[in-house]
Amino acid sequence: MLDQGSDDFVVFDKVQKSYDGQTLVVKDLNLSIGKGEFLTMLGPSGSGKTTCLMMLAGFETATHGDILLDGQGINNIPPHKRGIGMVFQNYALFPHMTVAENLAFPLEVRKLGKSDREAKVKRALDMVQMGDFANRRPAQLSGGQQQRIALARALVFEPELVLMDEPLGALDKQLREHMQFEITRLAHELGITTVYVTHDQTEALTMSDRVAVFNDGRIQQLDPPDTLYEEPKNSFVAQFIGENNSLEGTVKELNNDTAVVQLDDGSLIDCRPVNVKQVGDRTKVSIRPERVEYRSERFQEGAHLLKAEVLEFIYMGDVFRTRLRVAGRDDFIMKCRNAPDQIRLKPGETVNIGWMPEDCRALDA
Amino acid sequence: MSLPSYATTGQRIWYYSFRVLCGLIFFFLIAPIVVVIPLSFNAQDFFTFTPEMLRLDPEGYSLKHYRDFFSNSDWQHALWNSLKIAPLATLLSVGLGTLAAIGLSQPHVPFRRAIMALLISPMIVPLIISAAGMYFFFSRIGLQGTYTGVVLAHAALGIPFVIITVTATLVGFDNSLTRAAANMGADPVTTFFRVQMPLILPGVISGALFAFITSFDEVIVILFVGSASQKTLPWQMFIGLREQISPTILAVATILVVISIALLTTVELLRRRSERLRGITR
Repeated sequence: MLDQGSDDFVVFDKVQKSYDGQTLVVKDLNLSIGKGEFLTMLGPSGSGKTTCLMMLAGFETATHGDILLDGQGINNIPPHKRGIGMVFQNYALFPHMTVAENLAFPLEVRKLGKSDREAKVKRALDMVQMGDFANRRPAQLSGGQQQRIALARALVFEPELVLMDEPLGALDKQLREHMQFEITRLAHELGITTVYVTHDQTEALTMSDRVAVFNDGRIQQLDPPDTLYEEPKNSFVAQFIGENNSLEGTVKELNNDTAVVQLDDGSLIDCRPVNVKQVGDRTKVSIRPERVEYRSERFQEGAHLLKAEVLEFIYMGDVFRTRLRVAGRDDFIMKCRNAPDQIRLKPGETVNIGWMPEDCRALDA
Repeated sequence: MSLPSYATTGQRIWYYSFRVLCGLIFFFLIAPIVVVIPLSFNAQDFFTFTPEMLRLDPEGYSLKHYRDFFSNSDWQHALWNSLKIAPLATLLSVGLGTLAAIGLSQPHVPFRRAIMALLISPMIVPLIISAAGMYFFFSRIGLQGTYTGVVLAHAALGIPFVIITVTATLVGFDNSLTRAAANMGADPVTTFFRVQMPLILPGVISGALFAFITSFDEVIVILFVGSASQKTLPWQMFIGLREQISPTILAVATILVVISIALLTTVELLRRRSERLRGITR
């Protein structure tokens, strides 16, 4: 699945972008995307991810730096000569053309013969299971169907690179999950390189080979989904991806792969140093709710434990979500799997909580 | 909007007087046009209803004014002039006006408002002033008294209508459609004709209609810019009224009314059709 050959199919080389000549929307972007890779640009709005996509598509020009496609600089190539497929946020289907005419459009401007065109349109429609809708107009289709047509239209001229700008934003949850699966399946079956932009982290985690987390015009972390979730490199990424508990404190002891942090209320915890340099540094430690443990038999000998008061117990079916007051903060979340031996904690109870030191990461303050 | 059962006496009075008022306004607008039609079939050379006509005597009616219109060389010359000038002026207005509207709808164009105001000005400035200005300008560059000059002058009058109607349709235009077209490999010209033009067509058609009508019944500018050989229908009617008081004018007026109604209907049907093609369901 992960096909990161040495070939750098798409390269952003020291790319900067400014709209007003003063503030940089994209700051020094360096990114290589391998052939056949599914890369997601994830980030809050205004983080520069869509600007990057638009520069790749050719609708925006880079203020500095080069963008290369298959080894060739494309800064001076107009959008219509780049041969990149794109799925737009609002689908951008031509309302005055039928579904088949929409799909035939890129083939017509490429001067393909009629029979060739029809065969390709049919194949693309079958690919997204929309073969029966060739003669409808976009206005007669539901949102999900329009989405499929937009996808088929981006793929029908067999581009090697397809860009997607939050294509699933307008769909309801169930349809979105189904389309996530469809898109990844098609992308891998056809072996196309995909650059996908979204602000939905679940989408990014489930679909991508690698995720580039954007914030403030920079890539904060570029890693496969599991690494990104389990080993965030800074507090922004930890906070942005998945649910996260964050505690503030000062580094007390620092070894190679363990550290002891004193929280602001004086209690001590074990963690793994990631983004701290020396004793005395301020830090935010990050711990995932599902890695928090409260049963004493699971703790290691000599581990530092924290006192926690149960504030709220939420039954969610597959998991129990417990809100705790820890070190003066009352938004600490613990998630336990719903299993026969799991106790349902009651509000007001006091428990000791702890975790494996490697699950708790001391990041930048 | 029917009267609800709880309406007060005041509301009832207003309800009915409002209807009467509307009826009066319509009558005021339409009566002068309608009265011309029976008069044009007058058997006498008068502008009034003769006793024979009032008795509905067939003797009182005739087609002689229509025959005069179609046989008199002055009228025929004027008709052909109008039919030559109006379509050319319309074409020019539509071409230039549409391009101007598209250009001015781009957010990055500097001084858009000022340019727009300048292009719209022929609609606001009193016609006699435009006419006099064009007369002096066209005489200097040798366009006064030529077909080209008349067509250009009428195009300038028609452009504002096209700009306004096309700008109105462009407001609802989704710019990601042109991006999508470019992305799929269409160059800007193809994108314009295949994507943008079909979608703004309703505005273009309405604008074209206004431009055509403007040229077709324009009398002031043509008097200044044209010469006798470019005499159009309105000009001939003007002369007819002033110098001959010939009831042929009534026949011409009737024909023009019929043409206008036919034109309006066709264009409205065309506009609805392309509106439907735009995928807009109302």
